[in-house]
Amino acid sequence: MDYLFKYVLVLADDALILAQRLSEWAFRAPFLEEDIAISNISLDLFGRATLFLKYAASIKSDTLEADDLAFKRHEREYVNHLLCEQPNGHFGDTIVRQYLFDSFYSLFLYELSLSKDKQLADIASKSIKEVAYHLRHSSKWIIRLGDGTDESNKKIQKSIDNFWMYTDEFFMMDKIDEIMYKKHIGVNRIALKSIWLKQINNVFSEAKVKIPSETHMLSGGKKGLHTEHLGHLLAEMQYLQRAFPGAKW
Amino acid sequence: MNIYKIWDVLEGIPDPEIPNISIVEMGIVRKLKFNDGILNVTITPTYSGCPAMSVIKSEIKKHLIKEGVNDFEINTSLFPPWTTGWLSEKTKSKLQSIGIAPPKKQIECPYCNSNKIQLVSEFGSTLCKSYHKCIHCMEIFENFKCI
Repeated sequence: MDYLFKYVLVLADDALILAQRLSEWAFRAPFLEEDIAISNISLDLFGRATLFLKYAASIKSDTLEADDLAFKRHEREYVNHLLCEQPNGHFGDTIVRQYLFDSFYSLFLYELSLSKDKQLADIASKSIKEVAYHLRHSSKWIIRLGDGTDESNKKIQKSIDNFWMYTDEFFMMDKIDEIMYKKHIGVNRIALKSIWLKQINNVFSEAKVKIPSETHMLSGGKKGLHTEHLGHLLAEMQYLQRAFPGAKW
Repeated sequence: MNIYKIWDVLEGIPDPEIPNISIVEMGIVRKLKFNDGILNVTITPTYSGCPAMSVIKSEIKKHLIKEGVNDFEINTSLFPPWTTGWLSEKTKSKLQSIGIAPPKKQIECPYCNSNKIQLVSEFGSTLCKSYHKCIHCMEIFENFKCI
């Protein structure tokens, strides 16, 4: 049971932390349509996070609630992948982070929709529909910025170079992944890598950008070892519940 | 109260984001069933982050209590995931009448019916809509996304 709880928590935290990051763009995006787009994506991800967190809480105990998991865990107890917590940077940075995330999750969620665990399969089937248009949005922007001006191409190439080191972590199997995969509940992450790279290469070649060579890959998010950015994000997200425990809307 | 009457009651609850469509027409209410005298209401979210779900739940509660139905449970189901395929032709024409292009593979301008349109943004004022521009009449309009 504990393994299933931890497995679900990774999926919940990925959605929650990226949703919180994206929400920082609300009324600050470069123009109105993108302000609405990023806020919409953030809202979809908060929805996905809520579904996973509710499920995780129900596995753990009858009294635990989704909000307890979101607002009462410390930094080291968060198990999201490092990419999700990276700062927004400029608009191109946000788009690259989003594209890397969407392209992975569109493959992952499809596999998860075939899970033997009914609740996980149901949440995945629901989310697939949403990640499809997120991916359309982020990949179109990669192409538009990459195949834009010299400057936009250089900028987005730099964003790709900066974020690439966080991509490998999505394809690593820890002990919990292995156990869940053997039980036909979880997904074989390693098997997704070649098809993911193929899709990335298609979009990148159209965008006239490259996968950086010889990148030192970082990992550790699923063990609770985060970059320096997560603590600040949690401080803002959890402030109200920490200052006024149990406060209700 | 019989189940048909309850369907009628829920038909009277407008969708909080598109008030000329009811939550039943929207396909949000999936099932009504009596179990040992307790009414089971099954609802499904349109989008997983739909912020209207809690309002919808409390509206259902209010309406049922007003009609004297006090023993009920509201459950949320995720499968089968909500689809615009559940919207009837009548519901689609209601959307069109308030200037929202109904979900279709080939989107048409709800004002002049032209199919010469341009995507402005995949994302609109609510999760379920996208923005388009009609090249023919130059009007900007929202489209109910096909999912």
